[in-house]
Amino acid sequence: MTFPPFVLRVRQAVNDRRRAWAVKWRLLPRRVRVGVMVLLVAYLYLLPVAPLPFVRTPEVGFSGVLADQVVIYVLAALGLNVVVGMAGLLDLGYVGFYAVGAYTTAVLSSGHANWPWLATLPVAIAASMVAGVVLGTPTLRLRGDYLAIVTLGFGEIIRISANNSNYLGGPRGITSIPHPPSIHIPVVDWHLDFGVLDAKPYYWLGLTIIIIVIFLLRRLEHSRVGRAWTAIREDEDAAELMGVPTFKFKLWAFAIGAAIGGLAGSLYASKIGFINPDNFPFLLSILFLSAVVLGGSGNIAGAVLGAVVISYGPERIRNFSDRRYFVFGVVLVIVMVFRPQGLLPSRRRAAELAHAGSEGTGLLGEPSPVASESADG
Amino acid sequence: MAEPLLVLEGVTMQFGGITALDDVSLHVDAGEIMGLIGPNGAGKTTVFNVVTGVYHPTSGDVRFNGESIAGEKRYRITRKGIARTFQNIRLFPEMTALENVMVGVDAHARTSVPGALARLPRTRSEEHATRDSATQLLEFMGIASQAHNAARNLPYGDQRRLEISRAMATQPKILLLDEPAAGFNPAEKRELGQLIHTIRDRGFTVLLIEHDMSVVMSVCDRINVLDFGKHIADGKPAEIRNDPKVIQAYLGVPANAARGS
Repeated sequence: MTFPPFVLRVRQAVNDRRRAWAVKWRLLPRRVRVGVMVLLVAYLYLLPVAPLPFVRTPEVGFSGVLADQVVIYVLAALGLNVVVGMAGLLDLGYVGFYAVGAYTTAVLSSGHANWPWLATLPVAIAASMVAGVVLGTPTLRLRGDYLAIVTLGFGEIIRISANNSNYLGGPRGITSIPHPPSIHIPVVDWHLDFGVLDAKPYYWLGLTIIIIVIFLLRRLEHSRVGRAWTAIREDEDAAELMGVPTFKFKLWAFAIGAAIGGLAGSLYASKIGFINPDNFPFLLSILFLSAVVLGGSGNIAGAVLGAVVISYGPERIRNFSDRRYFVFGVVLVIVMVFRPQGLLPSRRRAAELAHAGSEGTGLLGEPSPVASESADG
Repeated sequence: MAEPLLVLEGVTMQFGGITALDDVSLHVDAGEIMGLIGPNGAGKTTVFNVVTGVYHPTSGDVRFNGESIAGEKRYRITRKGIARTFQNIRLFPEMTALENVMVGVDAHARTSVPGALARLPRTRSEEHATRDSATQLLEFMGIASQAHNAARNLPYGDQRRLEISRAMATQPKILLLDEPAAGFNPAEKRELGQLIHTIRDRGFTVLLIEHDMSVVMSVCDRINVLDFGKHIADGKPAEIRNDPKVIQAYLGVPANAARGS
């Protein structure tokens, strides 16, 4: 596809500007960078209390949007970014893991038992991880488009199974899911009540979880694991021949992504208190994927930014009423035309995408069935 | 005498109706530099692909260190001590030179997801050791100055060297080099020849595919020749040079010679 020259010029200008900022940022002393990050995080905690002048949501509560939408999307995008961005596996059924997490919490805390939310959380994470392994074991032998189609099917299977299962409440779903436990510190007389009216505690809880998840993901990224994922993404055959157990690391990526998705689902269930299959449509998989791609595949900060835009954007323009999704869609298209690599791409991933298709793949020296071998099973 | 390091025994490799390797038997002794030559399409790279587990032979056996590796998983074969380079360079293009080599060093790493998440002391020391040995390898190959450049941006010759470094990083007993001198000028070829000798002197066994006869003849201790998937000769460079079958394979066969097809 060719674009008019001005598109390319704008792309270049935006890119140069961002690069310049990135270089400036990296050149700052470590102390300054840490300080800025601490201040930023501190401000994020204050966001519902002291919002920025233009950052608001007409007609709906701002902290509600943060807690119901933004936090959940950011978590899901972080998880999906491991699968799509870091390991390079296209997953179109990510909502399935989100649903597994939500339903696990719902079943254990309300549907068929009375566990407190906190006790269901690790089970929800473990259950979605198991779902990731169960789905990944047979399907990760596939590549690219084939994998995308199988995962798409998985997402639908989960939703339709929930719809037809009496155990999971069928179309009516499960209600009365308990909220997280309220916290009260008597010494300073400080309350954090997870109720129906005030969404702020959920936001703070979600933000804390997000920070922990990012912390852990960065550890993975800067280790042998992250290196193996990058190698798999760039040349899977070569990686395997250099001693990378590719299947094992792809499965790990799937499991970690699933676990974070399940975590997001569990959090969501405990916030809204009732879930049914309609909460987990295919569209949600696409929106999570859009968040990752829009933000910049492979970059943690990009996934966060993309998720914020995807979740907050439609709420910000609520005054367009029915046309807001149209407007939002147009905005997304424009962004992707001018910035195909995403808003905050990982430098490496952007280069890979730019060079995609410019060289032969799958051939180890001579025309051979190497590439199709894995696709066949 | 102990069994050779690498043995192919009656290996046949068929793709549909095409026989790429036809009952090939050959061996590589520990510590030697063995050349594998033959006209285009003779099956040299197929031998590499069978040895490294890319293909599973239709029949026959591949033994390494006395142990059958035919049908073994590719990364396991690498861990057992067989590493290779590729005819068309297959680096990880957007990873830095150092990271490329670190992936190779990682072949024997024990860190996995739990260790990386917890960032155990062992994980950290392993990461340091990985970085150190990767750096040393880049220095050995003379491309340390490129350590932090993306592999894609390296000059062609350095990419070839980087591929060799990455393969050596997996601590192989035998190193399979697939046309390492392709695209080199005569001076670079001589340099590469010396490098291969240095690599051997460090204790690696080398199996080399190369088209350039000057390189093959000067570098190799022994040469095996393939032609149309068949093994036709095995001997010292001087013997190979004068072998009528080899000359025939390279210069073409007389029209009346039956090859069976």
